[in-house]
Amino acid sequence: MTAPATPSTALAMDGATGGALVEYLLRLGDDRLVLGHRLSEWCGHAPILEEDIALANIALDLIGQATLLLRLAAQIEGAGRDENALAYLRESIDYHNVLMVELPRGDFAFTVVRQFLFSVAAFYQLEALARSVHEELAGIAAKALKETRYHVRHVGEWVIKLGDGTAESHERAQAALDALWRFTGEMFLMDAVDDTLVRAGIAADMAPVEPKWHAQVTDVVRRATLALPEGAYMQRGGRVGRHTEHLGLMLSEMQILQRSYPGAKW
Amino acid sequence: MAADSAAAERAFDARIAAGETIEPKDWMPERYRKQLIRMMSQHAHSEIVGMLPEGNWITRAPTLQRKVGLLAKVQDEAGHGLYIYCGTETLGVDRTELVDQLLSGKAKYASIFNYPTLSWADIGTIGWFVDGAAIVNQTMLAKASYGPYARAMVRICKEENFHKRQGFEIIATLAAGTPEQRRMAQDAVNRWWWPSLMMFGPNDKDSPNSAELTKWGVKRKGNDELRQRFVNLTVAHAKAIDLVLPDPDLRYNAETGNWDFGTIDWAEFDRVIHGEGPLNRERLAARNKAHDEGAWVRAAASAYAAKHAPESASRAA
Amino acid sequence: MVAADEPGTNGQWPLWEVFLQPSGGAPFEHAGSVHAVDAESALQNARDVYTRRGEGVNLWVVPSAAIVASAPSDAGPFFDPGNDKPYRHPQFYTSPRGVRV
Repeated sequence: MTAPATPSTALAMDGATGGALVEYLLRLGDDRLVLGHRLSEWCGHAPILEEDIALANIALDLIGQATLLLRLAAQIEGAGRDENALAYLRESIDYHNVLMVELPRGDFAFTVVRQFLFSVAAFYQLEALARSVHEELAGIAAKALKETRYHVRHVGEWVIKLGDGTAESHERAQAALDALWRFTGEMFLMDAVDDTLVRAGIAADMAPVEPKWHAQVTDVVRRATLALPEGAYMQRGGRVGRHTEHLGLMLSEMQILQRSYPGAKW
Repeated sequence: MAADSAAAERAFDARIAAGETIEPKDWMPERYRKQLIRMMSQHAHSEIVGMLPEGNWITRAPTLQRKVGLLAKVQDEAGHGLYIYCGTETLGVDRTELVDQLLSGKAKYASIFNYPTLSWADIGTIGWFVDGAAIVNQTMLAKASYGPYARAMVRICKEENFHKRQGFEIIATLAAGTPEQRRMAQDAVNRWWWPSLMMFGPNDKDSPNSAELTKWGVKRKGNDELRQRFVNLTVAHAKAIDLVLPDPDLRYNAETGNWDFGTIDWAEFDRVIHGEGPLNRERLAARNKAHDEGAWVRAAASAYAAKHAPESASRAA
Repeated sequence: MVAADEPGTNGQWPLWEVFLQPSGGAPFEHAGSVHAVDAESALQNARDVYTRRGEGVNLWVVPSAAIVASAPSDAGPFFDPGNDKPYRHPQFYTSPRGVRV
């Protein structure tokens, strides 16, 4: 793998902030890598050709965002790793994505409802991050924001079509929403990492993101004639490496070549 | 009546001879239409089935850069299938009908996609050989007499160049890599070489459709000429990365300027075309599964649109 | 198995023609077609299928059924009369030597 670039952030950071930022970028990057990977599993198997292409476009955007975020994390970390070392040589306990994105792709309803729930939150988070005092992060966020705006539009349309389509599609969309709901809370959790970085003007404060997300999700769920689930216990753990059983399997597939042939170039 | 259609056919032949492009609403002999539908839909099916062997490695691509490169490539194949299906639809046949012919096993597609992808090196080799062969073929088809087919081919050729270069970069990297990687690369080359040569179809003398397609300017070159061009191009590539093409009879012919090659195993070719390749059943089963599992989604979108027709019409206005 | 739920004879989504403007100010050109159930999804499908490499800055989608085309038999009466009117072209006219008009 390539030698690490010199840390290029213009921002002067103390060690604690730098460490928090690496962790924060891993979280952002892992969310997108894992979700992009799940979406890429549809390639060749989608309900219709046009949608096969559309899902691949979203997957490419997400993996592209992950690449930039993990690369930046590696640069700031300065430990000789690059984005591929971070993606391919970390164990699942070191992955810090939210649990929602690692769940198997499920049926098409599960995939689009999950993508919608994620993309709306990502949109408002990126909107804030585009104003980050950390220039490189702000730049990545501004690019990702455009992409995410389209993702919301595309999968939002699908949520409405499935919810308000046939009896079967309604039932499947509702089942997906019910199954996913208990994983949504984790997207808005904040801990010391976030607090440190929000204070420094680097990270997005998720407190104002959640009500915006809730309002938009509620609106689309209503237009889709679906019922908003209530009162679920919100699962958590992904941010500190406590995952479902699915992530390990996913990574064992994803990492097989890098693990089997240490040091080889591809 | 018969005299009329004979005159129309003469006029049509004259247009073809003059190198004119035939457009969807132009008069064309029924046989031309039928042959085009057969050839174009087979081509489209090949793009779609071709997504499966390479799609098999998307989740295992070894770096983030390889992952997006491969995903974008397989996505392109979906796009190519789509362009060609749309071109075929201009001949008065629905995509649904064409897809049904594929799913029921009635239609053919490129046999090469019935072979398995066993290692990452297969992804490089497919790009190098299979897309390389496809470019040779499609460059010719970009001048096909039927406008929508030729236009789809122009778009496809532009995109296909990235596939070939990506494939060659992958295989060249492996060939320059560790002993295990070199072994992987040579093994893939050994397995894909002959099926790639078969992609150009039977020898001209045994190709039942070729003469007619050539007469009508759909095909502009024979299978054997295209195959020879591909061999000539590829020998140099293999040399450059020090991999061996698995043909003891391969040698340069100073007289013709071509690389002579050994005899293709046409029995294998026939066997795979007729459903007895390693993965024919799996490939069709995978397409059928995706289609069946997508049925409720397609129905939902249609039902939604039917309910909201006025709304969507006003949005369109 | 789906036909019962879907309008039309075979459940196929309607066809749309896609026109792409390659750059600002340029004329729109036909790029191809997509299937979609409504205008918004036709636009999205056109974007996803035909602009993956930055091929355009603007899109039109039109229901294929709405396209009215001249018939091949129209070609003579429609277009031939335009071929013998050289006086419509600037090269037809001369100006005095040395004067740029």
